[in-house]
Order: sequence, then C-alpha cells, then structure tokens
Amino acid sequence: MRLRHIQIGLWVMAGLAALAYGAFILRPQMNTQTHETTFRSEFFLADGAGQLRTTDEFAGKFQLVFFGFTNCPDVCPTTLSEVAQVMDDLGDAAAKVQPIFISIDPERDRRLGIDTFAHAFHPAILGLTGDAEATRAAAESFKTFFEREDATDATDGYTMSHSAALYLIGPKGDWLRQFDYGTPADAILSDLKSRF
Amino acid sequence: MKNLLPAMAFLLAAPMAQACETFTSGDISVQQAWSRASIGTGRPAVLYLEITNSGAMDDALLGLTTPAASMPMLHETTVTDGVAAMPHAASIPVPAGQTVALSPGGFHGMLMGLTDPLVEGQTFPITLTFEQAGNLDVTVDILSMRAKGAACDDAK
Ligand SMILES: [Cu+2]
Repeated sequence: MRLRHIQIGLWVMAGLAALAYGAFILRPQMNTQTHETTFRSEFFLADGAGQLRTTDEFAGKFQLVFFGFTNCPDVCPTTLSEVAQVMDDLGDAAAKVQPIFISIDPERDRRLGIDTFAHAFHPAILGLTGDAEATRAAAESFKTFFEREDATDATDGYTMSHSAALYLIGPKGDWLRQFDYGTPADAILSDLKSRF
Repeated sequence: MKNLLPAMAFLLAAPMAQACETFTSGDISVQQAWSRASIGTGRPAVLYLEITNSGAMDDALLGLTTPAASMPMLHETTVTDGVAAMPHAASIPVPAGQTVALSPGGFHGMLMGLTDPLVEGQTFPITLTFEQAGNLDVTVDILSMRAKGAACDDAK
C-alpha cells in the first residue's frame, strides 16, 4: 500500500518533469511561430542612399517586413515576388501598405546595391542596409533570427541563414502576425484587406 | 566586358514563346528548366527544372557545369523552425519511375560566379551529370526576377 503510493507519486513527478521539459523546449519555437502578446517592432536603418529610416516614418501604414539578403537566389526572390504581387493587387489600397526588405547581410548588400535588387521586384519595396549593430537590434525587436555561416564553397566564403517569414506590423507599430515562408500572395492580400 | 564575344555565343535569343523543351538521355528526361534574370554578375543565380526517371533503376543528379557560371552547385533549401538555410546537396536522388523537381524552396542549382548577366527572354546551356544516365545537355529559359515557375504552356 505504502509502496504503491510512492510509486504513483514518482509517476506524477516524472509526468510533471516531462511537462516542464516539454514547455521549456517548445518555448523558443512558440516565440517564432505564434505570438499572443503584443509587442512593438522597430528599426533604425540606412536605406540605399545612406539616409536613416525608422519605423515611426510609417505610422498609420501597415508594414510588410522581410529579412533576407541579396545573395539569396531561392527563398528571398520567392517571398519578394509574393510581396510584389500583393502590392500590385492592392490597387489604390497599396498606399496603406509599406513593404520593407531588411538586409541581414548589410555590408555586402550595401556594396552590391540594395535598391536595384528590391526595386527589381517592386518599386515600392524599401531596401534597408543598416550597420551591423542596428541590424541586430532590428532583428531582435522583430524576434527574428539570422546567422552568418562560413562556407568555403559559397561566394565570398560565407552564407546566411535567416528566418524566412514575412512580418506584418500595424499602423500603430504593433506586431500583428507573421506569414510563414511560402504563403501565397492571395492569402496575404485577403488578410490585409480584412484589416483596412 | 572583355569576354563579351564568347558570352554572346551561348546567350541565344529565345523564340517568341518559351519552348520548354524536354531533354532526354536514356531513362532520364529533363523539362521545364528555368532561371531568373540577374542584376549584373555579382550575385548568384538560380536553376530550377524537373527530372523524370522512366527506367527501372534509381538514378541521381550528381552535379552540373555551365559556361554561364564558374561555380555551379546543387543546393537544398531547408526551412527548420522557420529558419531558411541552403546547404550543399552532394546529390539529388531520382528514384525509378519518379519525377523530382528542383523548385523554389527546395532543391535548386546555385549558379555562383556568373560569367555574364542573365537576361530575361534569353537562354543558357547547362550539362547535368547523372550517376547512371551520364551527361545530359539542357537549355535553360531565363524568366523575370519575379517568376515563380516555368513559363511553358504545359507547366503546372
Ligand atoms: Cu542556394
């Protein structure tokens, strides 16, 4: 009888430990997947002309923000094409949305030219190449991830890994949601229209 | 600029409608080969296509060469917990009786060290090397930077 109680007690403790561990390892993932609490995302970054651009400038507009780099021929053009499609399909309502492409490889992208790349997809897309510190701060405020990876077989000896989601920021600067990589333009468009 | 002549030789003007030819070697056929236009030569370009293995033996794509780029490689885009990376793919399996796509967000050819800018509406040649079927020459259509898929009439 006594032994059985201890046994049950041990099982309960093991169960609680498993739950706690599960919650612990799932937590970082939940941070990037769904966000229930509101927070503000900000950037203070130079544009292609070297002018400082900040989030406040776009108050009153929705911002569609993507972090990437121009040496990325697969994921980044795919997402920027969807963003371009959204801007085209918005018609007159395009004035309510500011698409922004933040380079997480700003030094190289400043040299290669962020504007020519961003504008090749859509003239409305604002490309930003801040300094390393400001770029890191912007990424942190969006709770987005990027990392440089050395690779001898890559151009310039390195490549970047980065969160591939597209972030939607509201007119008051509040983080509203993310669109996972591969979300088609139609889905982004109907989400936006439901908020106007 | 100094290499303009040899470069022009392989950048053949495309016909009015993209042909989306099928290229075949043994049991392997490749169709819907396309790329996106580039801005200059400073950034890597991409290569997408479909490979069909109509034979009874598994095959694999081992690599590619092209006069369009000095360092062409096979890559696989992976998205793990929302984070995208594109590691080198040593080979791309093409199992017997199956069609495998190199497509946005998945396997792709990574064309580093472009010889010349890729111009929309033009084409460039590549040579694919398969484990079983050997070498296969394929012509790649250059589409706009905003293209999401091959521009053939029969494309999905
Ligand atoms: Cu790649």
